Parts: sequence; structure tokens; C-alpha cells
Amino acid sequence: MGNLWALYRRETNSVFLSPVVYLFTTVFLVVTGFFFYIYIRDAQQASLRWVFSNISIILLFFAPAITMRLLSEEAKTGTLETLMTAPVTDIQVVLAKFFAGLTFYMVMLLPTLSYVALLRMVAGSGVVDYGPVLSAYLGFILMGAMFVSLGLFFSSLTRNQIVAFAVTLATLLLLWVVGMFARGKTGVIHQIIGFLGMFEHIDAFVKGLIDTRDVVYYLSTTFFFLFLTVRSVESRKWR
Amino acid sequence: MAEKTEAPEQVRTADEEKAPPTNGKAAIQIRNLTKYYGEFLAVENISFDVWEGEILGFIGPNGAGKSTTLKILTCFMPASEGKVTVADHDVFTDSLEVRKNIGYMPENVPLYPEMRVREYLKFRAAIKYVPRSERKERIRDVIGKCGIADVENKIIGQLSKGYRQRVGLADALISNPRILILDEPLASLDPNQQQMAKDLIKSLRGQHTIIFSTHILADVGEIADRMIIIDQGRVVGSGTPDEFAQRFESEHHLRVEVVGPVDEITNTVKGIEGVTEVEASDHEGLVTLKVTSEQDADIREEVTRAIVEKNWGLREVRAERIELAEIFARLTGSREE
Repeated sequence: MGNLWALYRRETNSVFLSPVVYLFTTVFLVVTGFFFYIYIRDAQQASLRWVFSNISIILLFFAPAITMRLLSEEAKTGTLETLMTAPVTDIQVVLAKFFAGLTFYMVMLLPTLSYVALLRMVAGSGVVDYGPVLSAYLGFILMGAMFVSLGLFFSSLTRNQIVAFAVTLATLLLLWVVGMFARGKTGVIHQIIGFLGMFEHIDAFVKGLIDTRDVVYYLSTTFFFLFLTVRSVESRKWR
Repeated sequence: MAEKTEAPEQVRTADEEKAPPTNGKAAIQIRNLTKYYGEFLAVENISFDVWEGEILGFIGPNGAGKSTTLKILTCFMPASEGKVTVADHDVFTDSLEVRKNIGYMPENVPLYPEMRVREYLKFRAAIKYVPRSERKERIRDVIGKCGIADVENKIIGQLSKGYRQRVGLADALISNPRILILDEPLASLDPNQQQMAKDLIKSLRGQHTIIFSTHILADVGEIADRMIIIDQGRVVGSGTPDEFAQRFESEHHLRVEVVGPVDEITNTVKGIEGVTEVEASDHEGLVTLKVTSEQDADIREEVTRAIVEKNWGLREVRAERIELAEIFARLTGSREE
């Protein structure tokens, strides 16, 4: 366990020391801030649902930037060799990188809480409904876990960060449009496809609903991709 | 060509390894190790032991399979065939225990460029099971040993190659491991840094079992108790540095430096009995001769006398050790017969 903590701390420091992620965070806040501004200007009611829906889509574009270098960089510079020949397990390394990525994701999300405070200032206290705010952020974190595990997996497959970024983004986009495809349709196949679409699940959280199906969706996909990542890191031993 | 093919027979091969030089315990046992990268055969059926407490030089030209073998010893990649035991644990089934007992410095010393030296060593100590209470002391110890006190707060990415190498060595030593595995620890260092690294490795004698790889024979003679030569994935010879040095020095290759007229000097030396070949190069009056003589004929005195009698300025006469490349040529040449 001490190992995992030391690995996690190194990974977190490394993510926070990378200039690119600050650039991405800045752009992320500018874009979400813009959506918030539009909303404040035009909105009729004091609900952040529309803003949160947009944030969840914008997160999709920014999460791959957090995860792209987590494993690909180590493979490229050769530090994977010093790391894996130390007495650490593959699972420890993968988990440390996963939690470091998720930590940064949450830090990137943190300033958006100010929109809630601003709304309260504009609309007056007692108007803002905090229930959906809490469930939306729980949803963001669960969705982030899935994003980070998926990005980490693709980062483990290549030495090239840009490739990791592009493939992660493409996969997330695919999971997004797949959900749209099934919207409003009935039948088993459409139901299955609809279940795979990730934004169908965040919608409920944004509305203020915490449904076990949605929680299970994000947790199981996260475990699935973490499992694949561990196998991928191990694969150097049987290739 | 007859004498060339005889050469390797005087050097022991791994199969007829004599009794161990130390207490007879093998720290590393390699048995019939074979490694394929896809179709490519990188290491072919090699077997040798590294005895507890010895310093073993693992020599071979680039691409001989040195790094591959070391990567298998450190559990970074598995063998295709064969059994490897490090610190009494199997590298495949018991990899975590093996890794607890080794300190490894990979080739080119990969490090995290964004970290500071001390911070990096702290991290490495933590993941290598150095007890919390001993970490400070261990870090102080390796920083002192490796001479990196003046850069301990610097960012690794800004260090020179020499310092990076020493940080890598400090990392390998941090857990005070039973076995040190160093891949090309002297590569790409300037002569001063090389000497420091050699002295450091020599100073570790008796505290650790050390196996290090290199492609430069001169490095080995100074540090190693014993050496294993590998070429094209196979062990082609092994022995102590002295055995090698004697064997290949007695071939009588002389290097002579003289100030004088190049043609006359060459002719004079060629006229000495026993000389078979003279190669001369002239740098503004300073003539360098490479003289090859017959087996078992020491011609150093004759050459000296001949030059002094002509009143040329004799700068140097010395028996030249044969280049590793040539030893390889001989060892590998004989294999094909």
C-alpha cells in the first residue's frame, strides 16, 4: 500500500508539472465560462441543467489530454523499464496512474463550482436547487473515472501521445453518437446500443436522478478499461 | 591463419567453468537461456553463473544480446526458453522477490526529467521497500557515494549526461540491493567521469554482487573479477581479465613512436629478424609504427636498439593489447569451424 501511495504522489506531481494540462484547463474554463455566460444572459429559470449538459460534453474533449501521456510517455522515454523493474506490481502502477489522472480531472472541474456560487449571487439564495448540483458533480466524477480509464488504456497501447489522444477522443465521440442513434427507438438492439451511449447516463445525474443503472454503467466500464490496461501493461511479458 | 583459430581454445568456455572464486554460492544462475523477438533470435542457449560477491563483466559488441539478457535478469521481459534464477528466486514465477533484491541501471539511464534529484531518490526508495526510518540515511549515503550532492536539488532534465548516469547509479544503490545489474554504466561518459564511475564500482566490491555490460574491453580489465564474452546471442568465451590480457598481449603487437624519416624507419624496422608486418603513419615528423612480429619472439629490445643506433628520437615502445573487435573476430571466427 505504501508503494501505491508513493506511485500516486509521483504521478500526480508529474501531471501537475506538465504545462500542456494547464493550457487545456484554461481553455476548458473559458469554454464552460462562455456557456455559463450565455445561460445567465438568456435563462428564464435558476437551474444549471443546460450548463451542466454542455460541461459534460466539453469534458469529453478535454479528458484525453489528461490521460494521453500517462503510460505512452514512460514507454517512449524508457522510464517504464526502471519503473517495472522496481518491486511494484502492474496493478499498482495502473491504479496510481488512474487515480492521478482522476485527481487532475477533478481539479480541472473544481473552478466550475464557482458558477453555482455566481448563480446564487445573481438569482438570490433559496432559488438554487442544490440537489441536482450535487448529483451532477457525482455524475461528472463517475463519468470522469470512465474517461480516465479509457484514456489510460489507449495510452498503454502506444508510445505516441498524440495517437493516444486521438484514439481516446474518437472512442469517446463514438460512445456519444451511439447514444443519439438509439434515442427514441424501441427494441432490444436499440436498448443495448442506448445503454452503451454514455451521455444517456449523465443526463439522469444532471436532472438530479441517481439511478443504479447509470452508476453501474460508469463503474463497470471503468473496471473494464482498468482491467484491459493492466493486461496491456503485462503484455510485454507474453509478446 | 592457423594461429588465429587456435586463440580461443586457450580461453575457457562457459561449459568448462572452473570452481567459483568466492564462497561458491551463485547469486545469478542462467541455464539454457534463449530469447526470440518474433522470428529474430537475440539470445541463443546461454548458460553461466554469477557468483556471490564477484564483479562480472559482460562484454560483447552492440547487438550481441547483452541488454536482452539483462532485461530478462531484471524481470522486465521473460525468456523464450530456459531457466533464470536471481537471488534464489525464479525470474518468471517469483519476479517481485527478484526485484526486491536487485538494483538495476538500464542502458541510457531513463529518468523522469521533471523531477528533482533528491525527490526522485526519495520516490525510488519508497517503491523499493526501503523502510521509512532508513530512507534519509540511505539517500544521504548514495548521494555521497555517487558524488551528486551538488545537484541534489536540481531538475533531472537539466543535468549533464555524466550526472544523469550517477543519479541512475544512486537509484540502483538506494535499496542497498544484494545484486547490482548495470547496463553499459560507462557508456557516453568523458574519461574523467569514466574513471570516477570505475572507481565507484570498484569500491562496491564485496558489498554487492555486480554484473555490468560493456562493449569496451579496457573497462573490464580494470574492474571485473571475471568476464563473459557474448556475440550474436552466444557465449563465446569467459575467463579472468589477466587470462585474456596475457593471451592477447603475447601476440606481439608493438606500438612504436619515433621522430625521424618515415621511410627509413619503416625499412629499418622491417629488417629486424622476426618482424612480419609494419604499418607506419607520419604526423609532421612523428612516426607511429604498428609492428607485428612472429609468435614467441620478443623484439622490443631489438627495435629499441635499432632506432637508438640511428639517432632517431625514440618516444615510446609498448606492447599493444589487441582491440576487442579483433578478439571477437578470432573468437567468432573459430566458431564457424
